Amino acid sequence: MYKYDTYDQALVDTRVEEFRDQVRRRLDGHITEDQFKPLRLMNGLYLQLHAYMLRVAVPYGTLSGDQMRMLGHIADKYDRGYGHFTTRQNIQYNWIKLEDAPDILADLATVEMHAIQTSGNCIRNTTSDQYAGAAADEVVDPRPYAELIRQWSTFHPEFSFLPRKFKMAVIASDIDRAAMRLHDIGIQIVQNAKREIGAAFYVGGGMGRTPMIAPCIREWVPIDQMITYAEACLRVYNRHGRRDNKYKARIKILVHELGRQEYTAQVEAEFAHLLTQNIEPPLAELARIKAMFADPPFEAGIADDVDRSDPDFALWLDNNCLAHKQPGYIAVTISLKPIGGIPGDASADQIRLMADLARDHSFDECRVTHAQNIVLPHVRKADLYALWQQLDAAGLGTPNLDLIGDIIACPGLDYCSLANARSIPVAQKISQRLAAKEQEIGELKLKISGCINACGHHHAGHIGILGVDRKGTENYQLSLGGCEGADTSLGQITGPGFDEDGIVDAVEKATEVYLANKGEGERFLDTYRRIGMAPFKEALYV
Amino acid sequence: MSDVQFRFRDDEPVGDPGVTVGAFGEQSNASAVRLEPGDEARDLLPHLGRIRLIEVNFPVFGDGRGYSAARILREAGYQGELRAVGEVLVDQIAFMRRCGFDAFAPEIALDPGDAEAAWSRYAEVYQPTSDGRKPIWARRHG
Repeated sequence: MYKYDTYDQALVDTRVEEFRDQVRRRLDGHITEDQFKPLRLMNGLYLQLHAYMLRVAVPYGTLSGDQMRMLGHIADKYDRGYGHFTTRQNIQYNWIKLEDAPDILADLATVEMHAIQTSGNCIRNTTSDQYAGAAADEVVDPRPYAELIRQWSTFHPEFSFLPRKFKMAVIASDIDRAAMRLHDIGIQIVQNAKREIGAAFYVGGGMGRTPMIAPCIREWVPIDQMITYAEACLRVYNRHGRRDNKYKARIKILVHELGRQEYTAQVEAEFAHLLTQNIEPPLAELARIKAMFADPPFEAGIADDVDRSDPDFALWLDNNCLAHKQPGYIAVTISLKPIGGIPGDASADQIRLMADLARDHSFDECRVTHAQNIVLPHVRKADLYALWQQLDAAGLGTPNLDLIGDIIACPGLDYCSLANARSIPVAQKISQRLAAKEQEIGELKLKISGCINACGHHHAGHIGILGVDRKGTENYQLSLGGCEGADTSLGQITGPGFDEDGIVDAVEKATEVYLANKGEGERFLDTYRRIGMAPFKEALYV
Repeated sequence: MSDVQFRFRDDEPVGDPGVTVGAFGEQSNASAVRLEPGDEARDLLPHLGRIRLIEVNFPVFGDGRGYSAARILREAGYQGELRAVGEVLVDQIAFMRRCGFDAFAPEIALDPGDAEAAWSRYAEVYQPTSDGRKPIWARRHG
């Protein structure tokens, strides 16, 4: 894992003191809320419907046991005993008092954490593959490249007032587990025939009101020019991205309106210029970071099989665990989606337990996934059964990874001041309604957003739900066929929306159409792609 | 036009207000120009030798195009005064200096103490710019 040196630590400590001073001026009445707003937003502090919400950055989703434990401590000390893990691999606290916020940031700084650039029109936290360093199919661990981007993007003087927020993701596998092409910039670290490492740039993806899949604008950027190329992409966007309309201000609109070719040509011209400016960190810096992401000391020659005699355990093993590159180890996903639960929420006790399990069984490391679950990346197979028993006893053993109960949902109108409709109760009802059938239904990614901003990634759901406000009542649009990953596609709306109970019925009907038409080995998505929308429409709107 | 509140240069300030980029091309004797957010900073590059002052306007603080304009001008070797005007706030001025601004004429004057604190707060930076500050990676790797 990356460890701060004195430079990184001094910067974060300085930020805490800066914000403490800003909050004091606000509480003294020296600055107005209007003046304070941009300052607090730069520290991830939002004013929501009921209270302040603090969003804490988890760079590329990676946490040490101590960092995870601190997240539990904050939930207890400053919030109501729980936290909410988000689709950006971050954590949010929903019940924060303004006067506590500087102390929270100070507590976070003691474990090398912060809330810098978790909001505002700047480069946000860079996300990555939750199985980085564990997955058998990766070219390299993508996180050192994400860390390089974290440093470059932190307090970037030119790009702190972009037209709109800016999200980047870095992966290093052909299988995309980070929805890379739905980001403003998605980078895939690749290897060429000469075994050199480079970066493929995908620019202009995103969800929101106008979902777009990012086109590849360059298949190979030499790795010692990656930051310079990113700078060129951002500069063209900062200068020419639309600022007249908030909903057309993301880079996807610029790339779409200019066209991929013209945007790319402008980036290439800027890139050629920036190469003369020597802004790229030296490879020695990448090497310094990479050394901190070296493999943990895996034991060789240990048992590689697992006793499957407990059927409940075997089910969880099959659903929630992923093959590891190292024999004798396995990557575990802890579902934060118990039946009828709030997706992504974890209590302080659960967070502390996961911190202890990470320390004892996963080389002191865990990950937040963009699907709002937690991964223990490096678990010895020999320890797996005992680990599962502890998780299960704490309500963390739900065997539903990528099943219909593993719902992504935004906070919705229960918390969020932007939302048009509630997401959480809909997720809870669907989870309860389909729990008994979810193993039979198999892989089905269901995603719910409470407004057009699409924080719940509904466009990328095999089943997507979008909450809208229709003449003062909550209404839910259903879409089918969205997908993230290598075969990224956007969902299509089925037709008129449903009320809260109606949407639960509609989801169930869609699963029935699938089960009735399912071909050999087909997932819901495969069947939908084969038979199309018509049979679903027929069942939904009789 | 607001007064210059902070200036980090020793040469004599230019008294004339900047002309628009459009007018500048036609007035071969003008030495001061005013850049609006939508103007193309690179249009000025052929004329940098005769320009002594470029005002970059920030009509609203959230419009960050002026930061790119400033860096482009400095990266092209512009040595004259680069002045930020308009909605220039205390929480922007450190970024502005990093991008090459060396004079500030905020619409609403800043508290000098706050401004000084903003400029001196962060001892180290992650990115190199034409301001010459050594980035953290250069300190790490000598």
